[in-house]
Amino acid sequence: MNGAQQQARLTAASIEAVSCHICNLLVSDSYRRRHGNICPRCGTALHRRKPDSMSRTWALLIAAAILYVPANVYPILTVVSFGQPTTSTIIGGVIELAAGGQWVIAAVVFIASVFVPIFKILALLFLALSVQLKWQARPRARTLLYRFTEFIGRWSMIDIFMISILIALVKLQALATVTAGPGAIAFAAVVIITMFAAMTFDPRLIWDTEGMGDDGG
Amino acid sequence: MRIDRHFTYTESHMACPECDLLHLVSDIREGEQGHCIRCGALLFVRHRNSLDRALAFSLTGLSFFILANLFPLLTFEMEGQTESNRLIDGAIAFWQAGYWELGIAVFIFSVFAPLAVLLVLVTLLLPLRLGRAPLFVKLQIRLLVFLKPWAMSEIFILGIIVAFVKLQDFADVGIGLSLFAFILMVIATVMAYLTLDTRALWARLEELAV
Ligand SMILES: [Zn+2]
Ligand SMILES: [Zn+2]
Repeated sequence: MNGAQQQARLTAASIEAVSCHICNLLVSDSYRRRHGNICPRCGTALHRRKPDSMSRTWALLIAAAILYVPANVYPILTVVSFGQPTTSTIIGGVIELAAGGQWVIAAVVFIASVFVPIFKILALLFLALSVQLKWQARPRARTLLYRFTEFIGRWSMIDIFMISILIALVKLQALATVTAGPGAIAFAAVVIITMFAAMTFDPRLIWDTEGMGDDGG
Repeated sequence: MRIDRHFTYTESHMACPECDLLHLVSDIREGEQGHCIRCGALLFVRHRNSLDRALAFSLTGLSFFILANLFPLLTFEMEGQTESNRLIDGAIAFWQAGYWELGIAVFIFSVFAPLAVLLVLVTLLLPLRLGRAPLFVKLQIRLLVFLKPWAMSEIFILGIIVAFVKLQDFADVGIGLSLFAFILMVIATVMAYLTLDTRALWARLEELAV
């Protein structure tokens, strides 16, 4: 980094202030000491960084990785049509769509249900590791990776919503019924837990190794 | 950049929520998006008449939400027998099948959070329009930020499309009136969030407090 950039690099931490994580008001540490650790504008508790960011992210990531196994092994739904039951898993659902010639929908479900959860867990693992080991390389690219990971996470719920619609709609006893499978619970849990993991990770930790404002806390 | 180190709290500067770098707020003009110069994060958006626009979009969204709950989303016909489902039926079906965790999750993501977002926006922006301070401003702002990731209406629409395609294989599926209302509700909600400039909101609240 050259001198000019170094000069411009004032952070909230470096001027002894914190940014409210709800309303972004910049509050000085001296104000916090005198008036309590509450944002004067929106009433949220103030933190320099998200509290216990790393340990929470690690714990949630491990939980998600464990639940990822039953989410993919157990069936997510069973379709009984004219007495013929067909059970499918997450990946089975994608294969059925592709086999039926529904390539676009198959691709959407594959991305949302197979690619996104794996990508999300691996990306957060990489980011958490990079912070833990205090890597300094490419902070902007890592922040972009974080932003992308946080953005895509919710889209994995497509399959859960699809199941909820099928079981509500298809209940013609003799002709056709659809029931949910236990894999759906594990899968929804993976999606929700990884959403929390992304929320608890603090991308500012990526930049704290740059030398300024690295007092954490 | 210069900043007085003895400030208490300030609105003239803001720190990037993703990398902590300080920015001078006045550098961002009306109608522009402010991005962090170091990491590229979106800092905030400035719009003309931001609050009025956001109010219009949230009222529109709320009306469409009501419509979306009155009629079926999809209809399903097989050998003369017909079934249809409303927005809330997915959550109820999970609950009744013994998957109560999924019932609660689907209820929150597809019904409760989207409705709560619209209600919070309207109860926040309508009093401001009428020149009054909203009752629970601080709580409402926090709710707005907190609820945002859990309101998954746009994802629910994709779920409907996938369900529709899967059902086509073995029955006649039709699109209900509510599906259109639901899609319009999603668009209105997204527009409300996009046009809402929280700085204009704080400025308006301060005007009222004086
Ligand atoms: Zn605040
Ligand atoms: Zn930044």
